[in-house]
Amino acid sequence: MSDKTNAVKQRNERYNKYVNTVTPKTSMTKALLHSFLIGGLTCIIGQAIGDILAYSVPSLSKDMVANITSMILVTVAILFTGLGFYDVIARQGGAGSFLPITGFANAMASASMEFKTEGLIFGTSAKLFTIVGPVIVNGIVWSTLAGLINLWILGMY
Amino acid sequence: MFSFKHTKPESMSKDNVSVVPPPTNFSSRKRVMRFYNTPRIIGRMSVVGEKESKGPLGKYFAKCETDDKMGEKTFERAEIRMFDTAVRGAVRDSGLDIKDVDLLISGDLLNQMTTSSYAARDIGVPHIGVYGACSTMTESLLVAASFVDSGYFSNVLCATCSHFATAERQFRFPLEYGCQRPPYAQWTVTGAAASIVSTNNADTERFPKIVMAIPGMITDFGTNDLNNMGAAMAPAAMDTMCTLFTQTGFCESDFDLVVTGDLGKLGSDILRDLMRERGMKLGQNYIDCGNMIYDVKQKCYQGGSGCACSATIFNSFILDKLVKGEYKRVAYLATGALMSTQSCYQGETIPCISHAVVVESPFGGECE
Repeated sequence: MSDKTNAVKQRNERYNKYVNTVTPKTSMTKALLHSFLIGGLTCIIGQAIGDILAYSVPSLSKDMVANITSMILVTVAILFTGLGFYDVIARQGGAGSFLPITGFANAMASASMEFKTEGLIFGTSAKLFTIVGPVIVNGIVWSTLAGLINLWILGMY
Repeated sequence: MFSFKHTKPESMSKDNVSVVPPPTNFSSRKRVMRFYNTPRIIGRMSVVGEKESKGPLGKYFAKCETDDKMGEKTFERAEIRMFDTAVRGAVRDSGLDIKDVDLLISGDLLNQMTTSSYAARDIGVPHIGVYGACSTMTESLLVAASFVDSGYFSNVLCATCSHFATAERQFRFPLEYGCQRPPYAQWTVTGAAASIVSTNNADTERFPKIVMAIPGMITDFGTNDLNNMGAAMAPAAMDTMCTLFTQTGFCESDFDLVVTGDLGKLGSDILRDLMRERGMKLGQNYIDCGNMIYDVKQKCYQGGSGCACSATIFNSFILDKLVKGEYKRVAYLATGALMSTQSCYQGETIPCISHAVVVESPFGGECE
């Protein structure tokens, strides 16, 4: 019995190795370049919105400008998701469109659109965080850890 | 009357069945079902979405739905509607009435096979649901042919469907979610197809006949990448194909066409390699539906997948050519990956299956 399972295991390993050699890989340089361009463009647009806001309404505090800028970016990202542009951009952008705040907005908006058909409670409300759930959970866990480290270890000195 | 001549095989003897073969030995178990009464495929219908209709085989499909939702409220309803169109279209094509159909054998990709059961609710025909993932069409043809061959029923409908939007939601991410597909991913075909298998008599003699079928064996070579279906399914196709070439008495060159379901470009290349390793060279007569259905320009990476991928091509392009006699003998092996998203996240590998049916043209089936 163990002989047979060993043979199967070896066959599987051999096959997986072979599959790895023939499977086309994403080109690293191309992916990096694309995500740098798209991510950078998002950041430039964000910076531009912030600067325009700061110049046009000088009474706004720095924090307030940052908040409004994020809100505008999120709104535009959700709008693009609804109109069906965002996934087209993201197919090129990769991590460049996934990492900024717009990626988070897209993940939530797409889930809420997708599960709308199951109703407001069991559809949209229940499934809203299906994609971003891990982000939130990990965000809370790791920021708590960082905070504790800051409090106990760095705070002593 | 039966133009298909064969000596009666000893496949029915029980002692062959009880032997459990080692996993790499293909020839020890007799797996070929031969249909001596040659059931005929008398009606066919294929419905596809817009993207498929713009592919290289677009002009062969019977109907194209330009709207993804087809005027329905949800994608699931749209899929049901597409299924219904295919079933009724096949019945119309065969010249029968829906009352003459004895049985509907169908399946689809969604959980609990809601699409085919919900559609069957309105069709009003006894229904048997089969699940073979993307191999559902061959599975239902196999079951239908054995029912018809043994004389239980005279007209059996086989149908299947898949929809890009519903499959994406079930197996991957929401539609508008901006994620990058790996270059080895495949695109689920939107479409539905149906065919009618009927008894062989004077009226149906001019239609293509099902002469053999091979039930697949679950084959798992230890891949667990949810996106790389081609690599997961190629061993299953290899297993059934080896059986086909070693046990039926036909070799590669006896078939005008050997069609696999939805291995895609990568999967069919792997299959060619696997077959070459076993000393069987697949030549020009081997094609893969997933590889054919989309154009390279349509950015579907490795090609199409899903139940409808091979089913629509079989029920349009391939059966057309068989009816005209341009192809004499076609082996149709659809492959299916029988995983769920849970099993994949739990680290299980992907078990795959491939059923085969051999269909012959009514003209000159006896050629050796």
